[in-house]
Amino acid sequence: MPLAQTATSVPVTVNDDLCIADKGCTVCVDVCPLDVLRIAEAADGSKTAYMKYDECWYCMPCEADCPTGAVTVNLPYLLK
Amino acid sequence: MDEILDGLTQIDCDILVIGGGTAGPMAALKAKKKNPKANVVLLDKANVKRSGAISMGMDGLNNSVIPGYATPEQYTKEITIANDGICDQAAVLRYAEECYGIIRELDDFGIRFQKDQNGEYDVKKVHHIGTYVLPMPNGDTVKKALYRQLRKARINIINRYMATRLLTGEGRVAGAICVNTRTAEFLVVRAKAVIMGLGAAGRLGLPTSGYLYGTYENASNSGEGYAMAYHAGAGLANLECYQINPLIKDYNGPACAYVAGPMGGYTANAKGERFIECDYWSGQMMQEFYDELQGGKGPVYLKLNHLAEETVAEIERVLHIVERPTRGHFHAGRGTDYRKQMIEMHISEIGFCSGHSASGVFVDEHARTTIPGLYAAGDMANVPHNYMLGAFTNGAFAGMDAADFIADVDFADFDMGTVDAERTRVMAPTKRDDGIPPNQIEYKTRRLVNDYLQPPKVTAKMELAQKRFEEVREDMEQGMYVRDSHELMRALEASTILDCADMAAAASLYRTESRWGLYHNRVEYERDDENWFCHTILTKGEDGKPAHRKQDVKPYVVEIAEDEKDAYYKQRVEPSVAAE
Repeated sequence: MPLAQTATSVPVTVNDDLCIADKGCTVCVDVCPLDVLRIAEAADGSKTAYMKYDECWYCMPCEADCPTGAVTVNLPYLLK
Repeated sequence: MDEILDGLTQIDCDILVIGGGTAGPMAALKAKKKNPKANVVLLDKANVKRSGAISMGMDGLNNSVIPGYATPEQYTKEITIANDGICDQAAVLRYAEECYGIIRELDDFGIRFQKDQNGEYDVKKVHHIGTYVLPMPNGDTVKKALYRQLRKARINIINRYMATRLLTGEGRVAGAICVNTRTAEFLVVRAKAVIMGLGAAGRLGLPTSGYLYGTYENASNSGEGYAMAYHAGAGLANLECYQINPLIKDYNGPACAYVAGPMGGYTANAKGERFIECDYWSGQMMQEFYDELQGGKGPVYLKLNHLAEETVAEIERVLHIVERPTRGHFHAGRGTDYRKQMIEMHISEIGFCSGHSASGVFVDEHARTTIPGLYAAGDMANVPHNYMLGAFTNGAFAGMDAADFIADVDFADFDMGTVDAERTRVMAPTKRDDGIPPNQIEYKTRRLVNDYLQPPKVTAKMELAQKRFEEVREDMEQGMYVRDSHELMRALEASTILDCADMAAAASLYRTESRWGLYHNRVEYERDDENWFCHTILTKGEDGKPAHRKQDVKPYVVEIAEDEKDAYYKQRVEPSVAAE
């Protein structure tokens, strides 16, 4: 049974300009209870945190613990 | 990250604590304090810094027994009545006697509790009879304060490992099999005692939003504790007493009448009228809520728009920084303002959670399960109405008892074949080329839970559920497919959710009476004290399916007068003469 590629909007957004994943920061990835955040590496080698899995409890440790205020937790579209 | 590496490591410790939310950290601290030489390991599927139900803190202690406001006997009586009499009082009474000491310790950790002008704890009345609710002005700091204590006590913390099965041997616990959620590497932990604090089964029913993770409980609390206890042969008590909560509709978080109630807020019907006398969560309160929704007087609302600006601002200040702080974002997005509109509420999907109801892994007043050396505390253990302070206090009991238990025993021998079999089971979805992803297995299970298990309970519907669950199980065992270790964690969760769904159906069919209001409202049966004034204990039967037995409620240590027994049934507001 082959798998489909179905698009879904994700509730957690990261401001690339503020994110310091480049400097080795992984705070938001570390604290997420559902482990849905990861660090993406762009073609030019720059790094940013992003939400990889749409499995969010909109609980907010990622936003509260981010040292630069780069992370925003929005509500998942299905329930907002 | 997330590639599947497999591999296997083994470590030894004296006490393994599984779950770093609320009960687990306190258990680890108390065990270490009692026996500083013990090697205590605290393991969590997430990160102990922010794991569990109180990930973002808590707004207050809902069930504190503070000298001058309440006595342990009064509290024990109230909880017995709230649970329709089905309650071994020893565990509730011990909690009630010792929780004040835990409050003092939490105070020492830097967690502040509200005090009045005289410096006394400022306890509020929310329950039907007594006064037990103590606000926490800096409740957002709970996890940080706990984490500092864990580091200070040199507790060994292992993050991002998910326990999948307990090991047993020689008639007692021997350790646990765990898998890394980011690499799929196995870790076998041999332990002389194991304390489980894995939280509620919060991903059992499907929220009405349809979003799998839009649950009332922290969505990482997917019921592993119940499933592991079951497969290890432990007894689980009264699982038919579901947890169902009154929540902000769609947001699915608490409306927090416990915060708003003492300040003048209340639950109202569409006309803005109060219809329940008491906002404390109980099965009968939920039945009244359900009746109002179904009886044409709904929707049901949280009403605050009659309050003064300063009061509303204070309620907002609390509700928008702790427990579920995105409540503020939600209301802003909807354009709702506590000052202007009432907030629409609804009833939640079902779950297991003794935090607010009474079901769970059976434990006594020492937090001992039916397996020697195995303990359970917090939302997953069956001490009724645990809430956060119950998790801390019963976690403390587990830690202290485990510290004694390990003094006299060595590691129990276990069959390595169990580990091999578990590796095969866990890794099966990684060995296929395609198949059904875990989210579809989970969605279908939980959708069926809503269709057939959500009360009011009907025998024929629950039997249909069992049939459908068997079909999903067949699909899961033969065809579930994952592409990385993160999806493997979700696959393991799907499996525990299905185990919990099976247990929910089986337990509900076994108790052929109605009890606990909406939680176990079986429309074909009335309450039947003659045959069912007892616990039901569910275990894994010889055939691998749930088996049941009745167990006597232990003789009360605090007597309940005949005219007090039904206090929690008198919930509905009677129209006053003046209103006529």
